[in-house]
Amino acid sequence: MSSMSEISTGKVPKRTPLKSSIWKQSMHRLFKDKLAVTGLIVVIIMFIACFIGPIFSPYSANKIHMNIMNHPPNMRHWLGTDGLGRDVLTRVLQAGRISLTVGLASMILSVFIGTLLGAIAGYFRGIIDQIIMRAADLLLTIPSLPLLFIFGALLSEWKVPTDYRMYIVMVMLSLIGWPSLARMVRGQMLSLREREFMQAATVLGLSSRRKLFHHLLPNIVPLLIVIATLNIGGSILTESVLSFFGLGVMPPTATWGNMIDAANNMLDFQNRPWLWIPPGFSIFVTVIAINIFGDGLRDVLDPKKKR
Amino acid sequence: MKNLLEIEHLSTHFTTEEGTVRAVDNISLRIRSGETVCIVGESGCGKSITALSVMGLIEEPSGKVVEGSIHFGDKDLLKLGKNELRAIRGNEIAMIFQEPMSSLNPVITIGEQIIEPLMVHMNMGKREAQKQAIRLIEQVGISRAEQIARSYPHELSGGMLQRIMIAIAISCNPKLLIADEPTTALDVTIQAQILDMLRKFKQESGMSILLITHDLGVVAEMADYVIVMYSGKIVEEGEVVELFSNPKHPYTRGLLKSKPIINQRQDELYSIPGQVPNPLELESSCYFHDRCDNCMAICRTDEPALKEITIHQKVACWLYEEGALHVHS
Repeated sequence: MSSMSEISTGKVPKRTPLKSSIWKQSMHRLFKDKLAVTGLIVVIIMFIACFIGPIFSPYSANKIHMNIMNHPPNMRHWLGTDGLGRDVLTRVLQAGRISLTVGLASMILSVFIGTLLGAIAGYFRGIIDQIIMRAADLLLTIPSLPLLFIFGALLSEWKVPTDYRMYIVMVMLSLIGWPSLARMVRGQMLSLREREFMQAATVLGLSSRRKLFHHLLPNIVPLLIVIATLNIGGSILTESVLSFFGLGVMPPTATWGNMIDAANNMLDFQNRPWLWIPPGFSIFVTVIAINIFGDGLRDVLDPKKKR
Repeated sequence: MKNLLEIEHLSTHFTTEEGTVRAVDNISLRIRSGETVCIVGESGCGKSITALSVMGLIEEPSGKVVEGSIHFGDKDLLKLGKNELRAIRGNEIAMIFQEPMSSLNPVITIGEQIIEPLMVHMNMGKREAQKQAIRLIEQVGISRAEQIARSYPHELSGGMLQRIMIAIAISCNPKLLIADEPTTALDVTIQAQILDMLRKFKQESGMSILLITHDLGVVAEMADYVIVMYSGKIVEEGEVVELFSNPKHPYTRGLLKSKPIINQRQDELYSIPGQVPNPLELESSCYFHDRCDNCMAICRTDEPALKEITIHQKVACWLYEEGALHVHS
């Protein structure tokens, strides 16, 4: 009866509010994807373990104990000790801090650079586009690993203090990472800028800056989130490779990469697997978990890419 | 009355691989303040390009305004710099588009999109602009304004979105509103509401409207002055009553004849035979000649000029030309 009177008086019957934001809907769908949720949980556990774990460890990561060298895993040292008597578990967790930080930081930096340059290239086109994209192409044509090796070797040659090397490695990784991202962002921009709502924004007399950052960028945020997530995994891997070859972050600062370096030694490789299996396993699990989670995110946020 | 917008000899051409398309070819029109001028014509006749030229939205290098002037007040819009143009757009000249669904940014809330021009052109603070946005939403006849302001475009219907577009367009009290087929994508009942609303705002604020449409019903309801375009040219123009009661150009007559009459069943609806000529292959002639019932020899070889035949009406047709050979071929 009440609905009848509402209609006759011309009032709109009150709806239940929709789950309006795209984010809420996406998150809802994401949590239905069991694999992606597993990935996310593993990543979270890894972060918590690495950033909080070492606080509860009775051992210091870098302190040398010559009397307990190369002990296999036992009750006191769950993952054994290394050639300098340091607790492997503590070092793996400590190394995780560095590896995850490097991965995260270089991701943020490369997403920032890539988005900014890609957006500017795609929006303004013309000569600016040419300059930025040719620079990106140039970086993409050079195989990145040899380039990183050369940089790493140069850093060693110049005797850059080990404390700074971590930061330089971050910057190096993001300089390698931005071109592919910039190309993707540019492609999106090229198609978005021709959409009718952009013409409407022009008609409103909005400035280029406003159109670019307030109208176009929010449209590619889902894409950015997906790329950024997958990018972390890649950065962790590359940093590990560099450190493995002794060209990334230097000992005594532990990273997963320079810990696996133990496998380079034939004796350690054959007789002391507790030195290199834990860091290798950490890399493996973390990167796989990040990628699974990233894939799940992509399925949710990018409806155009169906499996 | 003062002329608000004066377009003179405007030509907008597009360069394609096959040749130059003269999308708008030497047209002149003027809009006085408080007046509604309608441009009618088939798809592809250059109506929208005229509007885009006024807004400075022709994308170079493929398209270019090659000739003419567009005077708005005392400024020539074609000669203004980027920033000066930006200050006029959305502020003094506003525009609404055909597709309300795609004219709003899908990832920004309605409210955010309404406050933008207010903050840019009216120098309002965010809080003040938000209040004004709520008022504007109410003004265009949407209840639950605050809830609507928080929602995204995909949650509203086409009619609602077009109201929002109107709210954005009138937010800075423009002197001229360009409406490019504002009701084409909407159903008939909503269409009437939208037109009523436009008329209401026009009366309240005294703004002028340049309405672009292919719907003669909309023209009859809204226009003070009508311009009929065909293949980038004006073929006839005049006061609305005059033009509807006494159409001169065979094309206008054909258009009026092909309009369905409500409550009157016809076996077959009249349609003008033939098609719009390919804009690439236009030679000197009346572009309508091969579809025209009154085609004469001269129509195939020479182009008629737009001539005043009464005080209220102009037509470009050899039929009304003194001295032309009225020989049917």
